[in-house]
Amino acid sequence: MTEADAIVRWVAPGARVLDLGCGDGALLRRLWEEKRAPGYGVEIDDAHVLECLRNDVNVLQMDLEDGLAAFADHSFDCVILSETLQAIRRQEPLLREMLRVGREAIVSFPNFGYWKLRLQIAFGGRMPVSPELPYAWYETPNVHHCTLADFEALVARLGLRILERLALTGGRRVRIAPNLFGATALYRVST
Amino acid sequence: MNAPRIPGSVGIVEAKKARFAEPLRLKGGAVLPEFEIAYETYGTLNAARSNAVLVCHALNASHHVAGVYADDPDNVGWWDNMVGPGKPVDTERFFVIGSNYLGSCFGSTGPASINPATGRPWGADFPVVTVEDWVAAQARLADYLGIERFAAVIGGSLGAMQALQWALSFPERVRHSIVIAGTPRLSAQNIAFNEVARQAIMTDPDFHGGHYYEKGVVPVRGLRIARMIGHITYLSDDAMMEKFGRQLRRPAPGFDFDVDFEVESYLRYQADKFSRYFDANTYLRITKALDYFDPAAEYGGDLSRAFARAQADFLVVSFKSDWRFSPARSREIVKALLDNRRIVSYLEIDAPQGHDAFLMADPRYHGALAAYFRNITL
Repeated sequence: MTEADAIVRWVAPGARVLDLGCGDGALLRRLWEEKRAPGYGVEIDDAHVLECLRNDVNVLQMDLEDGLAAFADHSFDCVILSETLQAIRRQEPLLREMLRVGREAIVSFPNFGYWKLRLQIAFGGRMPVSPELPYAWYETPNVHHCTLADFEALVARLGLRILERLALTGGRRVRIAPNLFGATALYRVST
Repeated sequence: MNAPRIPGSVGIVEAKKARFAEPLRLKGGAVLPEFEIAYETYGTLNAARSNAVLVCHALNASHHVAGVYADDPDNVGWWDNMVGPGKPVDTERFFVIGSNYLGSCFGSTGPASINPATGRPWGADFPVVTVEDWVAAQARLADYLGIERFAAVIGGSLGAMQALQWALSFPERVRHSIVIAGTPRLSAQNIAFNEVARQAIMTDPDFHGGHYYEKGVVPVRGLRIARMIGHITYLSDDAMMEKFGRQLRRPAPGFDFDVDFEVESYLRYQADKFSRYFDANTYLRITKALDYFDPAAEYGGDLSRAFARAQADFLVVSFKSDWRFSPARSREIVKALLDNRRIVSYLEIDAPQGHDAFLMADPRYHGALAAYFRNITL
């Protein structure tokens, strides 16, 4: 099961979806084809925006850091932030905005508490590089890494509820000690 | 035919006119007893009549969108980089119509046309027309050409307003509305610039209250200044600096009022060129049409309510360096469309040229348009 498979599974058929940092629009394309879930993507990168248009996906070229002012309250069933949380400068206002605009949020991110990353720091003494985090420290677009425990603490502080949690490693679900053995974390969150 | 075939060009084209004998009631209350619309077409209308694209032009352009005229091979259509075989608006696939607007000086009925009531040019008596009126007249043209529903209506700047208005005036006749460098209404600053242009024209001694045709004169001075003002607003500060800098036209400053700087020379050149081909009465009316455009007005300023009747899918494009109709204005349109759950994509292109970027062949911009049009089903 890939991360995208998990997200597609979590989205209800026909749900109105907003995908923040939607990349080439492949997820939105799948959500439309498999769930008849109409959606919009928000993306800032020119090349990705073009790919979205080629994929016949609605795309809005906007900067997430500017907030979600273009979207009315509760105008979406589900707001997705897939592999983008760590590249955002101000997570707190964005998470609040996601749940103003949507009934539910799906957030996924690379788990910085994954044991292989811990080992690289603990014994290699270097910033970790992995399939999930392929960048050297000086060229990474990621600015705010977190672990499952960190994210859950933030969710609690914002008074939000976790509806579902999933940790994945190599396409398999991790049930035991997910903060240690999960490479990727996915959450369904609501107010 | 042994016309030279220019690659990627629609080649030799011909301007046509359609005549409408049925009177047209205008938003301002006046009635045009009859009128003509000048237009051009490129490509072929398919059997299902589902591949028609209407191109709406901006202030100083015309229905001559693409290609060249047999007797004027240097007169290339104003959007030739966008419309043609293999181009973003691909004439191998779409039947493209360039329509001139009412009140123009390029062939459609306008102030220089003969008023049937007097047998003399309309001049100052030609009514003030609005974007709504233009669209109503274009709808007659669509009827005349046998097009019930457009695959797309597309335009930049003032043309974008027409593309928007089409989706509001005739929701069921537009499948895709493509709104480039547009705005849902002019700002006070936009109107102020227009008023300076109008004052320049109207205070020209050769204006004669708009009845200058019969005097055999043209308010050239006013038109020149109007064009200079307009032109400054079409370019970004950076684009102007890049193009002209502080470069001098003569070896050293003259300490007089002749042309010193390159930018002065450019403005004077543009002004001279414009005043030779554009009509002052038309300019006045177009700037008014711009000022009056405000689809939200009848909904208490609520653009979202104004768009409630739209049925089209939308592509909205803005350019970061455009300070005339800035991206913030386009985002207002996007928000109103989202509020109505319309299908919409929005591009904010980081092009340096300012408002005029919509005429340039930026690969991001043209690539996006090409992708969008390819996904329009016929």
